[in-house]
Amino acid sequence: MSAPSQVDAAHIDVPLPIELLSVEKRFVNGVVGLEPTTLRVRRGEFVSIIGPSGCGKSTLLKLAGGLAEPSDGRVWWWRGPFARVGEDGRRLSFVFQDPTLMPWASVAANVRLPLDLAGVGRAEADARVAAALSEIGLAGHGSHLPRQLSGGMRMRGSIARALVTDPDLLLMDEPFGALDEISRNRLDERLLQLSTERSLTTLFVTHSIYEAAFLSTRVIVMAANPGRIFAEHVIDAPLDRDDTFRMSASFADHARELSRLLTAASHQSGENHP
Amino acid sequence: MTPFLQHRDPLPVIAPVLVGGIILGLWQVLCTALAVPDYIFPAPTSIFRALVANGSVLAGALVNTLAVTLLAFAIAVVVGTLIALVFVQSRLIEISLLPYAIMLQVTPIVAIAPLIIIMIDDTFISLVLCAAVVAIFPVISNTTIGLRTADPGLLAYFRMNKASRWQMLIRLRIPSALPFFFAGLRIASGLSLIGAVVAEFVAGTGGRSSGLAYEILQAGFQLDMPRMFAALFLISLAGVALALAMAGLSRMALRGQGGDDL
Repeated sequence: MSAPSQVDAAHIDVPLPIELLSVEKRFVNGVVGLEPTTLRVRRGEFVSIIGPSGCGKSTLLKLAGGLAEPSDGRVWWWRGPFARVGEDGRRLSFVFQDPTLMPWASVAANVRLPLDLAGVGRAEADARVAAALSEIGLAGHGSHLPRQLSGGMRMRGSIARALVTDPDLLLMDEPFGALDEISRNRLDERLLQLSTERSLTTLFVTHSIYEAAFLSTRVIVMAANPGRIFAEHVIDAPLDRDDTFRMSASFADHARELSRLLTAASHQSGENHP
Repeated sequence: MTPFLQHRDPLPVIAPVLVGGIILGLWQVLCTALAVPDYIFPAPTSIFRALVANGSVLAGALVNTLAVTLLAFAIAVVVGTLIALVFVQSRLIEISLLPYAIMLQVTPIVAIAPLIIIMIDDTFISLVLCAAVVAIFPVISNTTIGLRTADPGLLAYFRMNKASRWQMLIRLRIPSALPFFFAGLRIASGLSLIGAVVAEFVAGTGGRSSGLAYEILQAGFQLDMPRMFAALFLISLAGVALALAMAGLSRMALRGQGGDDL
C-alpha cells in the first residue's frame, strides 16, 4: 500500500468522499465551536481526529455526517450536497458514541433498519444482515434484544448496522470509548481489516492516541477555544496491522509523537489535558 | 411465556389476601360483638347474603356499568391516540389545542354531566360520552409524551438515513411511545369506570339500562346498607379486574415487542 500522503496523479480527478471547505460552526450563544476549517479525505484513507475536549472534533464529525449545518463554508460528499448522497450508490454510514440501537427490536432487526428504510427486499436484506452479523462476530445473536448483550456486543451490532449498507464512507464518533482495553483492541483490529478489505474511507473521532496510532493513515490533532486543526501526523505503516505492530518501535514512535502534539494542542487551548 | 397472573414469587398474592382476611374477620367480629345493626354498618356476612339475594339484579347492573365503561374506554383510546398523533405532527397544532384538552380535564365531570345528559336523548350514549371525556386525557397526554420521547440518537440516525415522516412514525415514534401509551391505558381504564359511575349518579336513571350507581342510590333511599355495600363491592371488583387486564395486556405487548423478529 502506498503512503496516503502521496496523492497519485491518476486519482486527482476522482471525487473525494468528503471535503470540508472552510467550515465554521458558531453556536447561538456566540461561542465559536469550530474556526473555519478545511479537511479533505481521500478514498481509502483512515483519518482519526484527536484533541482535548471542546476542540470541536464531534462537531466536525457531525458536519461530515450531515447531522449539523455549518454556519459558514461548505461540505461536499463526492463533490455533491448531502441531499444527493446515496443517489449514485455511494453511501455513508455513521456510528455514534452509544450503540443507538432500538431497544424493542432484535439485533438482526436493528442491523436491517437501514436496508428497510431504503426499501431493500426482505430476502436480500436478511442475507446481508446475516453476512454483516457474522463478519463482526455476532452470528447467532441476531434474535437477541440489545439489552441481552454486553456493551461490546451492542457496539458490534451498531457497527454491523453501519456496514450492512456496504458504505464507502464511514464516520465514527468515539465508538469504543466505553469499552475495556481488550475489547477495544480486538474491535480496532477487526475494523481495520474490514475497512482495508472494502477500501472504506473512514473518519474516526477518538480520545485515545494509541487507538489513533493503531488505526490511522493520518491523524488530525485539534485544539480548543476556538476549535481548530492544530496539527496533522501521517502514519505510513502498512495497514495489515496487528499486535505485532502494537509492540513495534514504529508504533511507539507514532504514539509518542501524537502524545507530544496533543500536549502542545492542549497548551494552545489554554487547558490542561490529562 | 408464563401467563401474566402466574407469579413466581407467591408473596405479592398471599400477603394482600392475608391482610384482607384479617380485616374481614375483625369487621365481622366487631359487628357481631357490638351488635351493630345492618342499616348502620353491615357485617360481611350480611353483605354476602345481599349479594346472593340480589344476584340477578346486581349482575345486570354490573353488565350495564361495564358496557358503559368499556365502550367509553375504547372511544377514549381510539380518539385520544388520534388526537396525540395530530398533536405531534406540528408544534402549532399542539399549542393551539392543548389548553382546551386541559380545560376538559380540569372541569369536573359532575359539572359537565347534566349538560351532556340533557343534550343527548339516549341515556346510554350520554353515559358513554361522560365517561369517555374523563378517560381521554391520560391517553392524549401519555401518548403525546411517548411519541415525543424517541431517543435523539435514533432520531438523528433515521434523519441521516433520509427516513420519511411515515417511516419515522411507524418504526421509531410509535414503538418508543408504547410503554407510555400502556401506562396511559391503565390510568384511562380506571378513569372510565369512575366516569361511568359518576355519570350514572348524575343521570339517576333506572329501568332497562340502570347500572351499579343506580343500585347504590336505590339502596340508599331504602336504607338497605348490605345491598349498597354489595354494589360497591362489585364496582371495586370491576376496577381491579380492569387494572389487572391492563397490566397483563401491557406486559404482553411490551414483551412481544422485539425478539422473534427474524
